[in-house]
Amino acid sequence: MTTAFDTNGLPAQQAAPAARTKGSALTRQRRRAALIFLAPMVIVLALVAGWPLARTIYFSFTDATLYNLEYHEFIGFLNFYYLAIDPQWWRAVWNTVFFAVVSVLIETILGMVIALTLNAHMPGRGLLRAAMLIPWAIPTVVSAQMWGWMYHDLYGVINEIFLGVGLIDLPHAWIADPALSMYAVIAVDVWKTTPFMTLLILAALQLLPGEVYEAARVDGINPVKVFFKVTLPLIKPALMVAIIFRTLDALRIFDLMYVLTGNSRATASMSVYARQQLVDFQDVGYGSAASTFLFLIIAAFTVIYITVGKVNFDGQGGK
Amino acid sequence: MQAKRIAGRALFYLLVLCIIVYTVFPFYWAIVSSLKAGSALFQVEFWPANPAWDNYAGVFRGQPFARNILNSVVVSVAVVALSLFLAVTASYALGRVRFRGRGTLLMVVLGVSMFPQVAVLSGMFELIRWLGLYNNLMGLILSYMIFTLPFTVWVLTTFMRELPKELEEAAIVDGASPWVIITRVFLPLMGPALATTGLLAFIAAWNEFLFALTFTLSNDMRTVPVAIALITGTSQFELPWGNIMAASVIVTVPLLVLVMIFQRKIVSGLTAGAVKG
Repeated sequence: MTTAFDTNGLPAQQAAPAARTKGSALTRQRRRAALIFLAPMVIVLALVAGWPLARTIYFSFTDATLYNLEYHEFIGFLNFYYLAIDPQWWRAVWNTVFFAVVSVLIETILGMVIALTLNAHMPGRGLLRAAMLIPWAIPTVVSAQMWGWMYHDLYGVINEIFLGVGLIDLPHAWIADPALSMYAVIAVDVWKTTPFMTLLILAALQLLPGEVYEAARVDGINPVKVFFKVTLPLIKPALMVAIIFRTLDALRIFDLMYVLTGNSRATASMSVYARQQLVDFQDVGYGSAASTFLFLIIAAFTVIYITVGKVNFDGQGGK
Repeated sequence: MQAKRIAGRALFYLLVLCIIVYTVFPFYWAIVSSLKAGSALFQVEFWPANPAWDNYAGVFRGQPFARNILNSVVVSVAVVALSLFLAVTASYALGRVRFRGRGTLLMVVLGVSMFPQVAVLSGMFELIRWLGLYNNLMGLILSYMIFTLPFTVWVLTTFMRELPKELEEAAIVDGASPWVIITRVFLPLMGPALATTGLLAFIAAWNEFLFALTFTLSNDMRTVPVAIALITGTSQFELPWGNIMAASVIVTVPLLVLVMIFQRKIVSGLTAGAVKG
């Protein structure tokens, strides 16, 4: 699931306790209490995130197997070497990047169109916004199965509709055909996550000052020009946050491909590849190497996001 | 001029209609398909001529689906309760007390929310097996903390920071301890924030697939997404699409009802300050 956070003025000083002036004993007591309150959360997070991550990175340098995790030997960078010469892995990397770029691009454009439509005044707007939440709320596994049925080569409704409209001459095997399956996967992702984009863009649009548009209308400026010169620059910060969050989410995609196309090479993402090595082939060392690689890519993205976030969204200069 | 305006209006509503059909049709189609029994399933008709409930009965006959639903409910509720408890206490410290390393800690929490789940898969598998929680709902509850805790902590910290400090000062003057301040002063004010983050955590836990698939083994321990992904019929050549669609409708309808009731809160939670500028 995606959620966008506010990195705004994070380590802000305003929240400093007023109690500071009331003597250092009180401040010390508060600090001690703060540490006690923090401890459970920090311990749980260290247990379920820090430790497993460290072990995964450790395993990537060993020949551990799933049926015998305890007895393993350190083999240095051998797993990474095998990874580097495995064309299947590079196919998975390419699949993931292609999937992320294309679906986020389409989602952004489509989300923008829908948000601009919903932003117009019309009866039943609230109902429309509620309808937008349907694809977002449906579990990914369920949407994969729903679309899998719609894509069915013999009885699928998509073939039926496309044949009826004359878009295709013959029914296609959308899932089984390696040339089509990636596009089929992207179409499901676009359907499922465009609402997230739409809602973020819509929230940004509704904060825009109305006077600017009034002035532009009085001056008779072309709406398209208004969009590119006024609207887009104003919502750019919110748009960037949405795009970065969606990209991070798309890079770690697993369930959609796994349910829709199984471990098929034509669509397998890095996550699908890593899990297949880890669980199906029981090769924990090699699978962990793939996971570690994916982690590094996402970590790089995250660092960029946090840095960019600091520069762009932190008006007060952060610290 | 008048005609042009009417044409523009008509085009606009056509666009709105397209958007609605695009968003709603796949789920509508799942409902229609789930109501078609036998060979009716293999004819494309946009309204079931003879709606039948066979597929719904079939879902519960083919696998322990009621048990799977119960599992999902137990896991999701426990995840929400645990992450809200941990996040409320932590957000008091992070939002209202100044100490060294606070900014760093918040950055680490944000960083964890970006973790790809597969990056911790082997380490988590080892941990869960070591704790004896393999094929156990407790293992799922624990592992789900990795994605619910960061955003609950984050959203609640933002919320906690904006509460007026006079409230806290008055309580301190009255000699209230930090625990009393959290439970008696702040908690009653946090209803909306708790509802939003709790609901988002619930949906995230309800929909999770990778951990549930990897850390459970038997049909009895599966959660709903895994059960739906692994439904197989009597024939190994053709999936029981009618049953799959019925199962999909069963697990999605309660979720949609929740979402419709709380839609305003969800929208504000999703955008959680991303657009405040």
